[in-house]
Amino acid sequence: MATFENTKLEDFKGVWVFCEQRAGKLMPTDFELISEGRKLADELGVELCGLLLGDNVEGIAKELGGYGADKVLVCESPLLKDYTTDAYAKVICDVIMDKKPEIFLIGATNIGRDLGPRCAARLHTGLTADCTHLDVDVNKYIEFLKESSTLDLSAQKFNMEDRNLKMTRPAFGGHLMATIICPRFRPCMSTVRPGVMKKAPFDQAKADACVIEKPAFSLTEADCHTKVLEIVKATRELVDLTGADVVVSVGRGISKDVQKGIALAQELADVLGGVVGGSRATVDSGWLSADHQVGQTGKTVHPKIYIALGISGAIQHKAGMQDSECIIAVNKNGTAPIFEVADYGIEGDLFKVVPMLIEEFKAVKAAK
Amino acid sequence: MKAIVCVKQVPDTSGKVAVNPDGTLNRASMAAIINPDDKSALEAALTLKDATGCEVVVVTMGPPPAEGMLRELMAMGADRAVLISGREFGGSDTFATSQIIAAGIKKIGLDDDDVIFCGRQAIDGDTAQVGPQIAEKLEIPQISYVAGLEKKGNTLVCRRELEDGYMMVETQTPCLLTCLKEMNTPRYMTVSGIMECYDKPLEVYDYNALKDDPLIEADTIGLKGSPTNIFKSFTPPQKGVGMMMEGADKATCEKLAGILAAKHII
Repeated sequence: MATFENTKLEDFKGVWVFCEQRAGKLMPTDFELISEGRKLADELGVELCGLLLGDNVEGIAKELGGYGADKVLVCESPLLKDYTTDAYAKVICDVIMDKKPEIFLIGATNIGRDLGPRCAARLHTGLTADCTHLDVDVNKYIEFLKESSTLDLSAQKFNMEDRNLKMTRPAFGGHLMATIICPRFRPCMSTVRPGVMKKAPFDQAKADACVIEKPAFSLTEADCHTKVLEIVKATRELVDLTGADVVVSVGRGISKDVQKGIALAQELADVLGGVVGGSRATVDSGWLSADHQVGQTGKTVHPKIYIALGISGAIQHKAGMQDSECIIAVNKNGTAPIFEVADYGIEGDLFKVVPMLIEEFKAVKAAK
Repeated sequence: MKAIVCVKQVPDTSGKVAVNPDGTLNRASMAAIINPDDKSALEAALTLKDATGCEVVVVTMGPPPAEGMLRELMAMGADRAVLISGREFGGSDTFATSQIIAAGIKKIGLDDDDVIFCGRQAIDGDTAQVGPQIAEKLEIPQISYVAGLEKKGNTLVCRRELEDGYMMVETQTPCLLTCLKEMNTPRYMTVSGIMECYDKPLEVYDYNALKDDPLIEADTIGLKGSPTNIFKSFTPPQKGVGMMMEGADKATCEKLAGILAAKHII
């Protein structure tokens, strides 16, 4: 193995994406990150490479090419069948030390957030958690700040030659945004929030052209200090918040009749072909399961229609839904912060308003 | 056998959060609380103490006032506390923080049957990185997102939560776990606990106490030793105020449905 000097920045080249698989299936975040990684690789003029670990997973690798990967590095071993921190971190760090990518992106799933910090600590490099925006090109970054910040850009100085990855993430529950750089060490690592980056259209020709490479690595039982005894899939069908076109969310406002509030939200969602979500309060109170949670600690959604019922609009909640295309809010309190981000607001009791909305939406649908 | 619990004092971001004009957080205006996930980590350690009689040591890195939080944790049942505090440690990112806390744990002493408990993540940064990075620095196994725990001798079996289910994972002590709120309901301080907490030992580790550890180097701790730097911080703009509908009756709903239909939104 070549010597690994992580401060010799010029030795590092290429954008890599960790492509997570569970039970031999790629995760939706893989396609999002490959699509985003393609943009960064183009800005840098370098190769985009997927890194796929598992047992017998070569067959699923080419699909990643369809979203923009030039190459997929496939590491296969029975010891890599299910995720364990030790086995995955060892193989990934060894391959990184050998091939030296400049940027390494990981989906911020429960597995990615376990793997990322372990690898960054071993490689002695920086890792930025749960990023929601990435830039290399300074002009693009300035454009992003114009849209997404309250900074006075005329008072800001930028080095237009800067080629560092600028990783932006929410902090303090979304009250602040911070852009982080890792200027002295490589690879520059980031975990990226699922559901935020947009997936590119699939291109079969690119998938066919994608190169599969199998790097050498060593992994033995002795390297593994944790053992997966059992993997249990949730028996209940989980709600697909990030993929839904319409999300109808409920908040503390349903407290006077929780069951009826959820039933009304479900009925409204059914009329519009959507799903039910909830604020952190509804999940913490046990009214809805955790997979329904929208917000900073839950899921980020940007559906075509987001309807907030009895949600006051804490900044943590807004962070997870304010990019929705059309936001409708119903709340008894006319000064609730949710109205600050709503396109249409109704000040009223959701238990009275929602049945009427259901009726009117049904009428519109029937007329079409 | 010891249960070592890593905790962090954080500003309470669930209430009103004040931001200074320059885009930094106005910490003085906010209450300092024990990070919620860390309370679950302490509860997991105290449950282990109830079952085995092990010692529970709480450790934090922070400014001297963090002592108040440590006393509170001892009133809840921890046996002793370590405060890692020093100007040299300021400005540390997760990498540098984990170097320092790992050195602190080495000074406390990590035995073969010890378990380190951390919360899943802290509400100020939400990174979930320091726990796994401490485990790497100590070269011990980690299990994150733990929702349940069973310990038989030196073998631990944990329920580790996934987005689409969970996995049961087995490992050996010494190891580090990051705990979810779902794991338990943290106990309250007791009156006798409050009476005793000021008599329980609290040690302060400053730079001099830790400087001989190989993990503590000028280029691995503090602002200078942090691989990541803040490039910009800013507040997101408020979205333009939309349209407040008049009334909340049938006519209002009919009008809204009409607008949405005309715009092809529904």
